[in-house]
Amino acid sequence: MPKIIVEVMPKADLLDPAGKAVANALQRKGNAEITNVRIGKRIELHYANTPTEAEVAAAKQIAADFLSNGVIEDVVNVIVEN
Amino acid sequence: MKIGVVTFPGTLDDRDAARAVRLAGGEVVKLWHADADLHKVDAVVLPGGFSFGDYLRCGAIAAQAPVMESIIDAANGGLPVLGICNGFQVLVESHLLPGGLIRNEHQHFVCRDQKLIVENVDTAWTNGFKLGQEITIPLKNGEGGYIADEETLKRLEGDGLIAFRYSEVNPNGSVNNIAGLRNERGNVVGLMPHPEHAVEPGFGPDTSLAMRSGVDGLTFFTSVLNQVVNS
Repeated sequence: MPKIIVEVMPKADLLDPAGKAVANALQRKGNAEITNVRIGKRIELHYANTPTEAEVAAAKQIAADFLSNGVIEDVVNVIVEN
Repeated sequence: MKIGVVTFPGTLDDRDAARAVRLAGGEVVKLWHADADLHKVDAVVLPGGFSFGDYLRCGAIAAQAPVMESIIDAANGGLPVLGICNGFQVLVESHLLPGGLIRNEHQHFVCRDQKLIVENVDTAWTNGFKLGQEITIPLKNGEGGYIADEETLKRLEGDGLIAFRYSEVNPNGSVNNIAGLRNERGNVVGLMPHPEHAVEPGFGPDTSLAMRSGVDGLTFFTSVLNQVVNS
């Protein structure tokens, strides 16, 4: 099934409470080599047919306008997968 | 008779659980997530709430807490452990009970007085019930949908490891109406509904006799006290 995969991360300079909680747990368990954890989202948009250029552009717009909030998040990747 | 009640960051019902233990006649020992010392308790309750913000998965980070390392060891050695709601999720994430809990099928948080059927009375926490007894216990969760793979379900059903089933209404889409489980040994029990909220007349679910008079949850705590006394 063709899909467009959108990856969204919290902005690097903002607090990521989930990532921080996981990082603390990992450190406590003795994984000192892991210095930080950040947790984002992977969102899959499924298509019946291979997305056209226009559809990919539309997906990028959706990623920017709806799937992420530019104030607190970055769209770090938009991948077309057939 | 000392019963430990664990508090994680984000635990909500630790004081209710402690109150239930006291009403049943037990002595409460407060246990803290960061302290691996179980202070020689005879049993442990993992209460409900949203431990560590339920980040990653419900109960996943709590399962890694220092106190849980001790509880997992002790539970494998036979210490009675009851996990309620988020505590059940912690037990599942600790692999003391199998399967997983996911977002309710209807995607809504549910809060209701829930009828349950007691499916197994050979456990530390259910020995005061009658097999097949219908009880009413408050239920309040957003991620209470129990799931497990086919093989696990077959084992749970075949080995009598289902402790409670939802009656009349399946409130969250749990497979086989599973509301709670026990481990093979019967010392570990986990369930989504909250027995600690049905332990005192005037504050429990409605019954046919009177409003708020339901105290079916108290039997969980008297059961473990009986078990500890007799062992």
